[in-house]
Amino acid sequence: MHMADALLSPAVGTTLWAGTVAVGGYASKKLKAQIDDRMIPLMGVLGAFIFAAQMINFTIPGTGSSGHLGGGMILAILLGPHAAFLVMASVLTVQALFFADGGLLALGCNIWNLGFYPCFLVYPLIYKPLTGGSKNPGRILVASIASAVVALQFGAFSVVMETLLSGKSELPLGAFVLLMQPIHLAIGIIEGFVTAGIINYVRGARPEILDSIAASRPLGAGISLKKVMMTFAVLAAITGGALSWFASTHPDGLEWSVEKIYGRGELPEQKHGIAPVLKDLQEKTAFLPDYNFKPAGNEPKKKEAVPVWPGIEAGTSLAGITGAAIVLGIIVLIGMGIRSFRGRGKG
Amino acid sequence: MTFDEKYFDIGRLDRLSYRDTCVHNLDPRAKVIATMLFLITVISFPKYEVVALAPFFLFPVLLMTIGEIPVRFILKKVIVVSPFAIFIGIFNPLLDTGTVAVISGVPVSGGWLSFLSIILKFTLTISAALLLIATTSFPGVCHALRRLGFPPLFVSQLFFLYRYLFVLMEEAMRMIRARDMRSFGTPGAGIKVFVRLIGILFLRTVDRAERIYYAMLSRGFQGDIPSLKRSRMAAADLAFMAATISFLGVFRFFRITEGIGRVVQGLFA
Repeated sequence: MHMADALLSPAVGTTLWAGTVAVGGYASKKLKAQIDDRMIPLMGVLGAFIFAAQMINFTIPGTGSSGHLGGGMILAILLGPHAAFLVMASVLTVQALFFADGGLLALGCNIWNLGFYPCFLVYPLIYKPLTGGSKNPGRILVASIASAVVALQFGAFSVVMETLLSGKSELPLGAFVLLMQPIHLAIGIIEGFVTAGIINYVRGARPEILDSIAASRPLGAGISLKKVMMTFAVLAAITGGALSWFASTHPDGLEWSVEKIYGRGELPEQKHGIAPVLKDLQEKTAFLPDYNFKPAGNEPKKKEAVPVWPGIEAGTSLAGITGAAIVLGIIVLIGMGIRSFRGRGKG
Repeated sequence: MTFDEKYFDIGRLDRLSYRDTCVHNLDPRAKVIATMLFLITVISFPKYEVVALAPFFLFPVLLMTIGEIPVRFILKKVIVVSPFAIFIGIFNPLLDTGTVAVISGVPVSGGWLSFLSIILKFTLTISAALLLIATTSFPGVCHALRRLGFPPLFVSQLFFLYRYLFVLMEEAMRMIRARDMRSFGTPGAGIKVFVRLIGILFLRTVDRAERIYYAMLSRGFQGDIPSLKRSRMAAADLAFMAATISFLGVFRFFRITEGIGRVVQGLFA
């Protein structure tokens, strides 16, 4: 499932972008040092393959609904984690641009959710140990199902966390998790079956192809656990930093999820450290905090003051709605004006 | 969407990007940066903000009209991808029932406001992303990314993907037609046939990659796809960026929409 721009806050979006760019830079650096030139067109065309394959649907046994291939896991198995991550990133970029699946800000999240987990977490830690380099179809099947399930569970849980941390949705953590995880368990099992089926089929039909791909891929394809842990530690630090900044400058964003965790609206106020400084800074730099047009003679009604969300009632007053209607009207007029002007110019 | 529709949709978006208007002629880098700034600005509004989002429709509307992109085409694509955001957002009105405002005697709950806000943000961000590709062309965006410092290896992935997308999609389309004609609906569309179809498609793809590689070698390929075009930011591009940034800044930090509403109400009061 693709994350959408509209559900993200800038802090979460840019943090995940930073993580994705860091991993992408690391992967392409690693590849550049070790890659065979032959891999470059192969990776590119396999990206197009994943894209085309995702459009072929099949009937899920017993349900009558139809499914399609996700692709992250099969790429990791065939190409190794570094190349697979870049291919997955390019597939998701094209999806974001051509189909608007998700969006450009959410692209960082989507590459992370669908690329990072299968390539850098599940492949080295689950798939490789489970198959142990064996070519036995049964082992490949078991390993593929386990990998696909774990990768999708991580991906789905990340969608939940990204949405909750952004604070745009009201869904409580528990309900959201119950909504996302079971369905992705089912998807993961099917994805695992399909992945193993394809790999076993290709191995049966043309065994030399998999070997030649394996031969041209980077030697150190399986990355060490230590590096994975290091990456996680760095990213956790970045995320923590960005989020605490966000929490202190935009209380509304995290307020809700904090409320769920702590049982009340706000964290204990920080007296020391960076939060008060930022708060002070924010108060100073807020644009025209007391900005107010002189109230027109008979303001239609008094808004009900809601102390919890000081900023809201201003934007939802009748004046706000009138203003929005006028602005939208002007925009439509501008658009129609340009269009008719252009049309006349051509005719 | 059926397979054919998806295929022709990509083709149509691609063709739109080769028009010759002043939006299309702007430097791709300027458009990529402006679009990203636009997205961040829209997303940065708090979750109950609805009214202040209205002016931001000017950006896609201008791109669409000056760039001569059909409105209906973009709207249709926005609606097609909307289910996820709506699905997640629709829980807001159910869970957040506290009244935050009373407008002309009608109480408005926080949930409906935040839901409306999600829908507006969704429409704005998705249409901006689609318009970027519709006015810039995919190779243009790739070159821009490369000049903005993305790893060359990743950018060459995008180039390859784009170039062979149409080839492989046609191949997949032929396979689906063949399957559907032999299977009379569901029986042939099971997981077993599917796995073999994908397996064959994969084998053909690998063979194709091999041929492509040799063809490229014979043309002097050295592991990189350079661009002959040397473009630089012209005055028009800088003006476009400056205008976008000031537009975003003004409407992000000043509550102009509401102000207009008050002034007009004052006139009619």
